[in-house]
Amino acid sequence: MTEVADVSFALPRGRRPADPLPGFRIALVATLFWTGLIVVLPLAALIMRPWQEGIGAMTAALQDSRMFAALRISFVSAFIAALIDVPLGVILAWALVRARLPGRRIIDALIDLPFAIPTAVTGITLATLYGPQGWLGAPLAHLGISIAYTATGIVVALMFVGLPFIVRSVEPVLRDLPPEFEEAAGLLGARPRQVVTRVVLPALLPATVTGFGLAFARGIGEYGSVIFIAGNQPFHSEIAPLLIVVRLQEFDYPGATSIAFILLVASSLCLMGIAWLRRRVARGMVAGAAP
Amino acid sequence: MSTTQSSRREADIPRWLLIAATYTIVGIMLILPPVLVVAEALRNGFGTALTTLADPDALSAIRLTVTMTLASVVINTVFGVLAAWLIAKYRFPLRGVLTALIEMPVSVSPVVAGLVWLLLFGTQGWWGQALDRIGVHIAFAPPGILLATLFVTFPFVARTLLPLMEQQGRDDEDAAMLLGASFWQILWQVTLPNVRWALLSGVLLTTARAMGEFGAVSVVSGHIPGLTETMPLHIETLYNGYQSVAAFSMATLLAAMAMATVGLRSFFEARARNAVIHGQDA
Amino acid sequence: MSVRIETLVRRAPGAAEKVLLRGVSLDVPDGGFVALVGPSGAGKTTLLRSIAGLDAPESGHVIIDGRAVEGLAPRERNVGFVFQNYALFRHMTVAKNISFGLDVLPRRKRPSKNDIAARVTELLTLIQLPDLSQAYPERLSGGQRQRVALARALATGPRLLLLDEPFGALDPVVRRTVRAWIRSLHDQLGLTTILVTHDQEEALDVADRVVVMQDGQIVQDADPQTLEQEPATPFVMEFLGESLRFEGQVSAGRFVPNQMNVEAFSVAGLVDGPATAMIRPHEACLENTGADTTVHRIGARYGMARLSVDLGTRMVEILRPETEAATLPAAGVSLVIKEARLFRDGKLAWAGGLAEDRPAHDMAAQI
Repeated sequence: MTEVADVSFALPRGRRPADPLPGFRIALVATLFWTGLIVVLPLAALIMRPWQEGIGAMTAALQDSRMFAALRISFVSAFIAALIDVPLGVILAWALVRARLPGRRIIDALIDLPFAIPTAVTGITLATLYGPQGWLGAPLAHLGISIAYTATGIVVALMFVGLPFIVRSVEPVLRDLPPEFEEAAGLLGARPRQVVTRVVLPALLPATVTGFGLAFARGIGEYGSVIFIAGNQPFHSEIAPLLIVVRLQEFDYPGATSIAFILLVASSLCLMGIAWLRRRVARGMVAGAAP
Repeated sequence: MSTTQSSRREADIPRWLLIAATYTIVGIMLILPPVLVVAEALRNGFGTALTTLADPDALSAIRLTVTMTLASVVINTVFGVLAAWLIAKYRFPLRGVLTALIEMPVSVSPVVAGLVWLLLFGTQGWWGQALDRIGVHIAFAPPGILLATLFVTFPFVARTLLPLMEQQGRDDEDAAMLLGASFWQILWQVTLPNVRWALLSGVLLTTARAMGEFGAVSVVSGHIPGLTETMPLHIETLYNGYQSVAAFSMATLLAAMAMATVGLRSFFEARARNAVIHGQDA
Repeated sequence: MSVRIETLVRRAPGAAEKVLLRGVSLDVPDGGFVALVGPSGAGKTTLLRSIAGLDAPESGHVIIDGRAVEGLAPRERNVGFVFQNYALFRHMTVAKNISFGLDVLPRRKRPSKNDIAARVTELLTLIQLPDLSQAYPERLSGGQRQRVALARALATGPRLLLLDEPFGALDPVVRRTVRAWIRSLHDQLGLTTILVTHDQEEALDVADRVVVMQDGQIVQDADPQTLEQEPATPFVMEFLGESLRFEGQVSAGRFVPNQMNVEAFSVAGLVDGPATAMIRPHEACLENTGADTTVHRIGARYGMARLSVDLGTRMVEILRPETEAATLPAAGVSLVIKEARLFRDGKLAWAGGLAEDRPAHDMAAQI
């Protein structure tokens, strides 16, 4: 064994050999060109533009309380909507996988509806549905609850948009969870509620966090499905993407860009945070399962 | 066994609650909205709904949406295939960075996806005025709409192909290369047939997203009826102009187009899954 | 087609400290059938892929028919390659798979449609699957896929055939048939064949020459008989089959094992000092000496009984002919080594049998 090590020590260090599979260069050039043009160039503009008018424009933007209100509304609404979607989504996933419900295939197809319907259509539909004369809005108005044209409307719209993310994240995990798993817990003397809380839900936790993260991230940037149902009142029901549009209509490019920049950074951080949380949850499960 | 059965019986009460909850959620969140779209469109009868679609501005919106969708699907498919091939079949420095860049547009707000093009080509943008002077109009014109749509739908083809291509490895390509096939022959005759269902699924996803895109297009379009209004933008104009029937007629058409695309996609995805399973025991 | 490999070096892509080939040199004459064997990670597949041009070495040369092929694309090397998992194109029929190499030729070099069809028919006959031309790979059995992959590799008429673990995915019975068939194909077509396998028995059964690799280097390159009789290192000896190892001392021309109840034997011409003796299980017999040992019979194969011998401080298993085993006592025996190889400093120092016993190769032939 020792002489083997000696030989490797004396090996000449050649240059990195080329890959013989043809097409590398053309694919690389095309991909770099296309990614550069469609992704890198515009994002570079977004990152550089706020500083172009000097640090002053950015500091001014950072003191804009309307912007912070809009960002807060976007993040808080997205968070609440994703949070409400979690139990709803887990129930739907359970119904798809475990309950032999009549119309299960139809429900399965309907889950993807919020993905499929264009956001503008969602927007005017929810605004009409929950509006003062709407099918749901009118009865709710009798109870003194108004949803359309309030901050609640934002949450309702984001719930609709985010629901499939939870269902589609949890469903495959639940499907892979063998029924024997629950039966074994039952045989070991666990009561039904214990089976659910101690066995099933913990197993679904990483997938749930993923689904929550996806719904949340989508909700932060959502525009089309929200603006029709939100009242769009500054400081109360104005989301950050809408404020970008408002600033653009005022020809305030630096202002619009600052919000976009902060929105981009904040949602990237959120996504990273959720990825981290997911890893922790998944690791915790492994560690918990070890003893 | 008896323990399991009795635990099933004990679980009966929450089970019925869950079933009731399921139907309530599905009814309110998933059934009511599409029913409302169609009901609002047909409020004054089928004929009226059709008439609103025959309006010149409506027709031009449909035409623009179809054109933009076709263009962005073709362009993003070509580059998406090349990008997926590059990342799946080769190892090279900064491969991870490139993958992340390709994924990037997914996590960008649609409004920001529109804004970035104004920063480049808008009147206050870097090159907007210079291009204006030589008669090239990008912002508030169809080229801007195309760029915004391209950005939003950029990752879908590559993203759908990548996991499958990576899983299939490179033996087929190596074998074809040893047998003398050129790059295009390998791509057309070996790689793409191996991923054809996934490719179709990615193309359909791109199509659905391209025709429904609202936020990004809204920012760069300038909302000029008959010229730069796509179907989603025209829906907004009609709705804000209190032309509810016309708005929902157009919405019905657009939603039907998008849902048909997505429906086709789930059909092909099922086939793609089967192909993967067969591939594994091959 | 002859193949010459000169000091080939390759590192793992992305992990420069992991060296896959450490200056490998090898000569394969025209018409040779060479097997590359070794444990996984020894570098045999990397070597095979480097010859085909699938992996590019960092330094060193691959010379095919006297011509250095570094600059040549894999397809210009005119080699037939069969992948471990066959890599048949799933969406093409058997016929299309076989004709692929001809179909992708530039138009001016491509044979006519009829010529291609005739070639496919010829190859289908050669692989004994004349009726499966329109089948898809999915429907074929493992052995059939393997033969289609071979036909596809041979379609363009390469003189050099490279096989990566060609029998790995086949069940044991099919394995033996395919093995014999590949050997006869090699002889019939006058090919030069290099095959990679981790199964040493397969290599010894089919190849003219066996190249044993370990850790990115060739440890021995010899014909099967030499490998059996004169393994270069203890690793080769162990890798090629079941073996027993006894540490001991050479003194005055005799090897004296440290293990009690194992008889010393003469190793003429070897200087004194420590050494390791290695034997195959059939190369020792038992003699009644009244020693404190016991013997159990634990199995049988090819007319040989497997005996477990408790030497007091260690258990060893040996093979003896059934006739002899039947007459052996159940206790009080010593182990007598009839043939052995002695290693010193990790290298072969002496090989041979006891002078008074039968010559070594007779022994091997009997088994």
